[in-house]
Amino acid sequence: MSAWDALFAFWRLDDPNVLWVTLGMALLGASSGLIGTFAVLEKRALLGDVLAHAALPGVTMAFFLFHTREPLVILLGAAAAGLLAWGLIDLLTRRARLRQDSALAIVLSLFFALGILQLTWLQRQPLANQAGLDKFLFGQAASLTDADLYLLGTVALGLILLTALLFDRLRLILFDRQHALALGVPVRRYELLLAAMLVCAVVIGLQLAGVVLMAALLLTPAATARLLSDRLRPMLFIAMTLGVLAGVTGANVSYLAPRMPTGPWMVVALSLFFIAALLLAPQRGLLPRALRQRSLRRRVEEENILRTLFKLHEETSVDTLWSQDDIRHHRPLGAARLNRILQRLHREGMLDGTPERMRLSAAGLKRATTLTRGHRLWETYLENRLGLSPERAHFAAEAAEHVLDEATCATIERELGRPSTDPHGRPIPERPDAAEAPSR
Amino acid sequence: MTPAPALSLRDLTVSYQETPVLWDVTLDLPTGCNIAIIGPNGAGKSSLLKAAMGFIPAAVGEARFFGEPLDRVRARVAYVPQRSEVDWDYPISVEETVMLGRYGGLRWWQRPGAADREEVARALEKVGMSDFARRQISQLSGGQQQRVFLARALAQGADLYLLDEPFAGVDMATERAIVALFNAIRARGGTVIAVHHDLSTVADYFDHVALINQRLIAAGPTETVYTLDNLRHTYGGRLGLLTDIGRRVTEAGLNDEALPPPPGNAA
Repeated sequence: MSAWDALFAFWRLDDPNVLWVTLGMALLGASSGLIGTFAVLEKRALLGDVLAHAALPGVTMAFFLFHTREPLVILLGAAAAGLLAWGLIDLLTRRARLRQDSALAIVLSLFFALGILQLTWLQRQPLANQAGLDKFLFGQAASLTDADLYLLGTVALGLILLTALLFDRLRLILFDRQHALALGVPVRRYELLLAAMLVCAVVIGLQLAGVVLMAALLLTPAATARLLSDRLRPMLFIAMTLGVLAGVTGANVSYLAPRMPTGPWMVVALSLFFIAALLLAPQRGLLPRALRQRSLRRRVEEENILRTLFKLHEETSVDTLWSQDDIRHHRPLGAARLNRILQRLHREGMLDGTPERMRLSAAGLKRATTLTRGHRLWETYLENRLGLSPERAHFAAEAAEHVLDEATCATIERELGRPSTDPHGRPIPERPDAAEAPSR
Repeated sequence: MTPAPALSLRDLTVSYQETPVLWDVTLDLPTGCNIAIIGPNGAGKSSLLKAAMGFIPAAVGEARFFGEPLDRVRARVAYVPQRSEVDWDYPISVEETVMLGRYGGLRWWQRPGAADREEVARALEKVGMSDFARRQISQLSGGQQQRVFLARALAQGADLYLLDEPFAGVDMATERAIVALFNAIRARGGTVIAVHHDLSTVADYFDHVALINQRLIAAGPTETVYTLDNLRHTYGGRLGLLTDIGRRVTEAGLNDEALPPPPGNAA
């Protein structure tokens, strides 16, 4: 069977076992994404990583004590170690006043080292079924038994439901702890509950992602979601969806290549989503931001040329034709660059004439008038209200003219009592009306 | 019988890591007033509010609100922290933030209803932020953020407002809006207690002051307590500033008797 056939067989989902595995993984991914988002908002993103690493000695110790791989026993062992680690961090930061990052680093390495020591030792022992323990390092979905899946799926579902119930309270506490305290909310109790939920989410994800990479399953969906939304509810849905996708990726991998560790695959998949969001997210993405910057820069360039032409026309008449050199005399600019800007203005119908000899078109004149009006009103306002010198005011208005809208201009005009000239003594144009286009 | 004070502190002592920041403060702040808590940096002004609210433990002493322990009158007390104490990049809108003020009256399984949404809309209107209801809070200016915090407190419908530096880093328009709001609260019998930094506006904005510098220096109506002598006690040796402010207070025509003309001011 080729890989493609296998993939196809997987997605037909007619093997009930495949269906269950996929569903279980999807739930696991969703709960990790969900709880991870709250951890990030609590500014405790790294806590998940520590708890995951700290769970390893819990797993090995549970196996050592009870000689069983019964999922509940292993899970409880991992959870106990996680809670112990959490308590230790709490103690170190609150009582010993250690910095949070130092406490996290110390606890992570200590617990992980103990786990590795015991794991290496256990692997040399002539014990039955210890072989699967090392799967906890990088995760192997294929090693999940039906009993595992049942337990993990139930816990994941429980976590999701609990979060839905407590959504309002968690949002309240994580935004402003003191405000929540002032309202009489038992903040500490919720914080403990959230820590316990984080431990649960980590522990059930271990067999899927492994202790080393579990943090990615918690944090990468949250970071991606933050790029795509600035509201908590949509963020949670995005993070959950990404977690589901990661879970299904894991299920896929375990079906196609049962011996392959699933953790790295899911992390790669999640990271791809993160990179895509980083580049393309509408508001925060790098690419849209660069495009917006570029279009703003172009607009400013064009408007500056329109203003220069307006001033040239003002010196003579609106019918005079001007050359590129005339423009560059007033506004120093590379010839090639000016040429590109003029071509754009021509295309937009702002100019009449040829690229060599030109004047403002009716539309261009209207826009230039609006810009000049804003510029001069702002200059006048700054001189009047802040006592800026005409030179300083001019400099400030060079930037402001591109962002002033008509409403602001009207306000300034009202406040200053409809001034007719700017600080340089030049006339402030009236608002150009669409009805009566300036006459030539 | 006179009504119980809005806030009364008895022997309040607060320390951070064994260093006392507030010593043995006993103080009654009346209802229906706008009260400023002033003092130099590190005088324990914020600690006083936080200890009263129970955010930080008091080594000794207790705080009562309207004569009761806080737990019995929480709904009547709103607290507005310093703007810098929260993460303004938090994924929440203006409207949702103000709604948080309503959660004190809701149990954890309850969700806000139409009446709550109405209160939120009204609170936003009072601070002039209705147009910004759907904005994400990181897109606001400092003054707008402070207004959102005030709206959140208003939405709670409290009688007593404790504010930690409400005027820090806000624009003039917001400052005026906040003062108007304080006056409106007082007009309906409410009480404002605010940590305040700008000595030149104390007499304009507040009718009561409490001067503290790790201990209580003086408290009472502004016209009797806000004197150069008390300021000198509060701010220690920083006389340059005091002379300046004293002169401004005198020029403003406030407490002519209470304030001796500052030295070197012959006019």
